[in-house]
Amino acid sequence: MATPKISREDVQHVARLARLELSEAELERMRVEMDAILTYMDKLRSLDTAGVEPTSHAVPLHNVLRDDEPRPSASRDDMLANAPDRAGDFFRVPRIIEE
Amino acid sequence: MSPYETVIGLEVHAQLRTRTKMFCGCATAFGAAPNTQTCPVCQGNPGSLPVINRRAIEFGIRTALALGCRINLQNRFARKHYYYPDMPKNYQISQYEEPLAEHGTLELPGANGARGIGVQRLHLEEDVGKLVHEGELATARASQVDYNRAGVPLMEIVSKPDLRSPEEAGAYLRALRAIVVYLGVCDGNMEEGSLRCDANISLRIAGAEVLGTKVEIKNLNSFRHVEHALAYEVKRQAQALDAGERLVQETRLWDPDRGRTVAMRSKEFAHDYRYFPEPDLPPLDLEAATVEQIRAGLPELPAAKRARFVAAYGLTPYEAELLCQGRGLADYFEAAAREAGKPKVVANWVLNELLRELPGDDDAAVAACPITASRLAGLLTLIDDGTISGKIAKEVFEKMYRSGEDAATIVGREGLTQVADEGALAGVVDQVLAQHPKVVDDWRGGKKAALGFLVGQVMKSTQGKANPALVNRLLGEKLPKV
Amino acid sequence: MLAALTIEALGARFRDGSATPSAAAEAYLDRIAALDPKVRAFMTVTRDTALAQAAEADARFRAGAPRGPLDGIPIALKDVLCTRGITTACGSRILERFVPPYDATVYERLRAAGAVLLGKLNMDEFAMGSSTENSAFFTTRNPWDLGRVPGGSSGGSAAAVSADMAAATLGTDTGGSIRQPAAFCGNVGLKPTYGRVSRYGLVAFASSLDQVGPFTKTVADAAHVLRVIAGHDPQDSTSAEVPVSDYRGGLKGGVQGLRLGIPREYFIDGMDPEVERAVRAAVDVLRGLGAKTEEVSLPHTEYGLAAYYLIGPAEASSNLARYDGVRYGLRVPGARDIVEMESRTRAAGFGREVKRRIMLGTYALSAGYYDAYYGQALRVRTLVARDFRQAFERVDAIVAPTTPSVAFKVGEKEDPLQMYLNDVFTIPASLAGVPGVSLPGGFTLAGLPIGLQVIGKAYDEATVLRVAHAYEQATDWYTRKPVLP
Repeated sequence: MATPKISREDVQHVARLARLELSEAELERMRVEMDAILTYMDKLRSLDTAGVEPTSHAVPLHNVLRDDEPRPSASRDDMLANAPDRAGDFFRVPRIIEE
Repeated sequence: MSPYETVIGLEVHAQLRTRTKMFCGCATAFGAAPNTQTCPVCQGNPGSLPVINRRAIEFGIRTALALGCRINLQNRFARKHYYYPDMPKNYQISQYEEPLAEHGTLELPGANGARGIGVQRLHLEEDVGKLVHEGELATARASQVDYNRAGVPLMEIVSKPDLRSPEEAGAYLRALRAIVVYLGVCDGNMEEGSLRCDANISLRIAGAEVLGTKVEIKNLNSFRHVEHALAYEVKRQAQALDAGERLVQETRLWDPDRGRTVAMRSKEFAHDYRYFPEPDLPPLDLEAATVEQIRAGLPELPAAKRARFVAAYGLTPYEAELLCQGRGLADYFEAAAREAGKPKVVANWVLNELLRELPGDDDAAVAACPITASRLAGLLTLIDDGTISGKIAKEVFEKMYRSGEDAATIVGREGLTQVADEGALAGVVDQVLAQHPKVVDDWRGGKKAALGFLVGQVMKSTQGKANPALVNRLLGEKLPKV
Repeated sequence: MLAALTIEALGARFRDGSATPSAAAEAYLDRIAALDPKVRAFMTVTRDTALAQAAEADARFRAGAPRGPLDGIPIALKDVLCTRGITTACGSRILERFVPPYDATVYERLRAAGAVLLGKLNMDEFAMGSSTENSAFFTTRNPWDLGRVPGGSSGGSAAAVSADMAAATLGTDTGGSIRQPAAFCGNVGLKPTYGRVSRYGLVAFASSLDQVGPFTKTVADAAHVLRVIAGHDPQDSTSAEVPVSDYRGGLKGGVQGLRLGIPREYFIDGMDPEVERAVRAAVDVLRGLGAKTEEVSLPHTEYGLAAYYLIGPAEASSNLARYDGVRYGLRVPGARDIVEMESRTRAAGFGREVKRRIMLGTYALSAGYYDAYYGQALRVRTLVARDFRQAFERVDAIVAPTTPSVAFKVGEKEDPLQMYLNDVFTIPASLAGVPGVSLPGGFTLAGLPIGLQVIGKAYDEATVLRVAHAYEQATDWYTRKPVLP
């Protein structure tokens, strides 16, 4: 099985998806580290898991539901208290651009 | 004749009328002051966790059954990742590989019989907050976020690309709206945003199997927008194809002021949503018995009700469609028709007099109407048994609406009982004939309008209470003898 | 000295009137003031809160109406657990000034039991790490040797108990972050069954792995804390409705006739020979107490590490997406637009290890790679869980080392992969969701603690604690304390 070599473009793409601004040096260091870790992960891919179901939840719970009964909301001041930029009753954010 | 076939699919989001949000106990009521209906969960605070609203699942199942979908008894939620400030966690809890329901059909009435439009899937997810831009989105330096709406339950219904014209798309949307309103799961209000629609449209050479390049249209805020935007796109795409241009798979926004679609800034790459099963929510494993219970509780749906009205009451399909817009109005009509008999007459009164007075045709307006179905039936009975004339009845109707009294009370108090005593009326007719000899001459001379005038005079003389049929008959008998 | 006492001993003093909760709180606060400048376990010391809460406990004892074994007991919480009105930074600059508007369920339950909050404890950033060197603020030191790490990510929680700066603390364990520091710091650290303890208010790292658990001086103390914090929480959909036992009462059973499994894969080349020796000696002790031991095999153990380092980062990349400078936490000023603001904020606010895991996790979930990486890891997880299920058909509990080595020096492990290898014996139980405890199993010649691990079936904390208690009481490791300058 081919060793996954992660390219600089791959790393840039992932950084964009993850909203992480990386310098050139960081990009390169990240590439090297990810490459090593992903190579280690090859060990996993060599395991035959045909017919094995994936486990998303460690314990077999199902159907956890709650009744449609209102509960008191948090106070606006409580929820806005940590806001980096509060505009009256709103959270304020810089210019939104369509991606 | 266009060589192209239009292929349209609609993606509809319906806000569910639950009392609380999808994953927390915050209220969903519209119009609250900004950021007062939130909590750590729907604001995605560190450490918060979602808990599924039982009623939202029930509403989803109800809708899926009404659309003839197959319910996936085992279904689960998944995280859909993208960054946008109206989405507190920067992922939306939605459903992906195992949605609540799939493969249903919406029947559209057609000239050649009903046409089934495929429903690909129906799933549940949470709504996002509201953004207010400081200016226009394109030029604003900042925006403000209100998370009241974040977390409200949404039902996403995706059609198969079976629609073949903008009109058909409009019809599909109207029919879908009627269903969700009937089921009581959604308000169906596009202008307020409780029902939203995005469209996908492509053209292909008629008869071809492969689909053409798909264009997504957004910002469709009414049924008219949907139809107009799609009509515009059909033209635009056809022109491009005729000119040999290659169409680009893109998202375009409908601009209602200019009547055209506009390309959004082109994307460098498609969204990679990185879906994976929501680890904070155990999967659902519904019981078939629960689903059957919900199915048994479904109300009669619009299509069935319309068909029944036409068959049982002799209404036209158009009358039936108008009456069946909402359950409230349909039930009102039926109650009145059952009491009064004469369903065509009842239909006429409901569709004309009643709808003229009511502030809207929705269930709330009908429920608040001062004239109950029984009272309307009472009024119509008074016409039917000759107590009052049709014309007087309209006045009585208005008075009933304003005062909330029943017809008999008003007629009695104001002495509006029709004069049907032949003897009394004969006297009045004689008087009128005597007072207008010139008109009588006109009538003899062949002027038909003269008769109308004389009828009018008799009515005036009796304050409108004379039985018109009797007046006509008496005049008809007496005029030749004058 | 009050601060040296266990929960049970302290509680006895409260009940017989020879000490008060306020005196205990003062004693611990004094000790924190004296020692923490060197140990650096605490992020925040909540002195006023502690004294106020202790005063309330005083009144209850005076009135002869204490709430239970934890009433008046001074505790501290890993800074990953939300405390209303008290900064909760998760070891990260991005939450450095974050003050939660609500309490974690586990804290609510401790308060309902009368426990007294001394403060919040240092940790690896967002619980990612095995040494507490990834804290954005400072590195906590191992009380047994201040030049060494306490383990991680709950380094502060472990160190505080070892240094008698709290009677008990809460930490969290995702791949070993309670058990490994407990081993390095010579105390009892319990990771409950997944779903046993509520995660509401626990700032998420890996949702399908995270669990809250206690650090204590003895196994009996751990039983008391578990009883209080365990149990269904309607606000956590992954919390189980399994009834909570009287864990303390259940300790008395002894190990006569119990079947203990010794996993072959947990004795590997390269592990510290002193650790191996200590664990084998511990097995002998347990045999001497009447347990039956046999070798078992958990064949997918070595794959567990790789699976964990895909599942954990994948879920973390998702859970940490919310830290974007919009609603709370750090926001880097001066950006031209929101994308730049978010990208710069996250770059400035997250440390290197966190960024690495976010990148790895994002990659593992991304289009085209999901099935080969994340999907495959989830299937391997099934195999790891199956290993345990099959072993537990033959044995009642598994006894093993907690870590392959003892506490290493600060700065010694720079390579991330080397750091990840620390967790090889703790990760499998996390993946399977089964409970595990680490308790003192001896000391190296150099005087560093060695951890003994006991792993049990899902929701069978009772057996796990029973085995641990029997071993603990047959040895005197738990009586030894570090000598601090």
